[in-house]
Amino acid sequence: MSAAVTPTTRAVTAPGSLDRARRGGGRRRVTTWLLSALSVVLFVLFVFPVYWMVNTSFQPNNDVRGSEVHFFPDNFTLRNYETVIFDPGRTPFLPAAANSLVVTLLTVIIALVFAFLASVAVTRFRFKSRRAFILTILVIQMIPGEAMIVSVFRVVDGWQLLNTIAGLTIVYIATVLPFTIWTLRGFVNGVPVELEEAAMIDGCSRAGAFWRVTFPLLAPGLIATGVFGFIQAWNEFIMALVLNARPEMMTLPVWLRTFLVANGTTNWAGIMAGSTLMAIPVIVFFLIVQGRMTSGLVSGAVKG
Amino acid sequence: MTTVDQDLEPAAPSAVEGERLTAPGGGKPQRRGRRAAGFTPYALITPAIIVLAAIVGWPLVQLIITSFQEFGRAQVFGAPPNWVWFDNYIDVFTDPVFYGVLGRTLLFAGACVLVTMVLSTLIALMLVRLPKGFRMLLTVGMLLAWAMPALTATIVWGWMFDTAYGVINYALVNWFGLAEFDQHQWLINPLSFFMVAGIIVVWGAVPFAAFTLYAGLTQVPGEVLEAAQLDGAGGFARFRLIIFPYLKPIFMIVTMLQVIWDLKVFTQIFALQDIGGIRAQTNTLGVYIYQTSIAGGDFGHGGAIAVITAVLLMAISIYYIRQVLKEEEL
Repeated sequence: MSAAVTPTTRAVTAPGSLDRARRGGGRRRVTTWLLSALSVVLFVLFVFPVYWMVNTSFQPNNDVRGSEVHFFPDNFTLRNYETVIFDPGRTPFLPAAANSLVVTLLTVIIALVFAFLASVAVTRFRFKSRRAFILTILVIQMIPGEAMIVSVFRVVDGWQLLNTIAGLTIVYIATVLPFTIWTLRGFVNGVPVELEEAAMIDGCSRAGAFWRVTFPLLAPGLIATGVFGFIQAWNEFIMALVLNARPEMMTLPVWLRTFLVANGTTNWAGIMAGSTLMAIPVIVFFLIVQGRMTSGLVSGAVKG
Repeated sequence: MTTVDQDLEPAAPSAVEGERLTAPGGGKPQRRGRRAAGFTPYALITPAIIVLAAIVGWPLVQLIITSFQEFGRAQVFGAPPNWVWFDNYIDVFTDPVFYGVLGRTLLFAGACVLVTMVLSTLIALMLVRLPKGFRMLLTVGMLLAWAMPALTATIVWGWMFDTAYGVINYALVNWFGLAEFDQHQWLINPLSFFMVAGIIVVWGAVPFAAFTLYAGLTQVPGEVLEAAQLDGAGGFARFRLIIFPYLKPIFMIVTMLQVIWDLKVFTQIFALQDIGGIRAQTNTLGVYIYQTSIAGGDFGHGGAIAVITAVLLMAISIYYIRQVLKEEEL
């Protein structure tokens, strides 16, 4: 339905044509067993840090700071989460979580609308500066955010929007927009114009044909793109660190960093609970849309 | 070779291909439906243009202006800035600290890209040959690592490498009998700091690269490999002469993205410094810009470093952008 490539889905559905050429032979079987064993080792290496984060977060800090390392939360506790979430310290968790949620959702919704309009323009219309616009979108993605922090800080300061939801949201919309336009462009391109034309022959107006035929087909693309935007905005760290430094206006990543610096190495259990709380929405969302993750970045290169 | 080419065509079905089949006459069918309309497309891109101009365009202009000015804390509070033209750039380019930071960044990024690409290629090749169940297992593992936000990943690895209670020191001492790792401080020595940072970066980067390369590998036609095998080509020869040429475009694009991402690494270094590194000895370009401008209040010099970094990255990404434009036949 879309031209987007889903490499990991293909990992399941389409076994590579390579192994056809390689089947058979007793030595093959030994190699296959060795590779399988190696894949288990690799699996452990990739998963262990995630496991360790969750494992530590369920242990009492005494166990974490004991002479023995606990590979399972033998003395299972939810205390860390309780302290992290409800501790009314200098930088409380709940307002930070609320800020993150509001900024991220606003960003995703507005960026999706803007990107949708722009992607329709570049896929369904031919106009003079179309190529220049697409080129700009590509080039902007290459400008390092670190280079821009200072001047973005001053611009937002000039609008009196430092330490506000609105200021951070506008900056995030601009951050997410190029990638969102680029990805959505691929999805809109994937819906053949002929479908719209058929609807127009049947009496639809051009806008009506787009709205009734193409738009419903775009729903999965819009959802996937929205989730990418969500992950990007939810994880964003540098801009939030500079723009919303006031404790009550922090987002979760900045809160986590502040919590880390304040507690130092004395409360790893609490820090891991905080990390888990921040990572879980991202991991869940990511697993939902992972197949389409690469499409925006290497679309074309992995056409197939 | 001609048979190979014929086989390749139907092996790449996509929505675009399907569209082409239904559109006799060939050419560029997806353009046919585009209207040379007057006002509508401009209205559609206006919201995006406004936001990008305000948050990217205007700050970019400001950044370049500031890099030619003496701009410190006084200017932030309203004092008019002095024009110093190229003084900031001259200062930066004659500052040994900058070259230290630049060299460190290039070395670190280079090492990370190299390790990432080698590991990813091996894992991609491995995924092709793995039995289905094990392939699923490894896929799930890599997806979890990929999904971890960079900040939490850094903090978790920092905790695993913790001096007193870290699981890595524990394992080295108790399982491998390496007593010298008792209370070992991984982050104090810059070299070992960057080793830890490199592990974090590579761990997070390999899944994307491996999955993408694997997607490319599945497009290598099995018939050609079979033929090569019959002709007596060994495993490495098959990789060098058949698989890699097919893989090359994807390999190049993934490498470019890794170069760009690793050169502008910020979160991993910054958070690891919080956990225990010595900032002055472990700054990379991204962190150095932050330290000079935001923490140090010297926006003029910070701006000059930012412009230099941006130019460096843009120069590197030209290749990537050209490649994408070529593939996308805009």
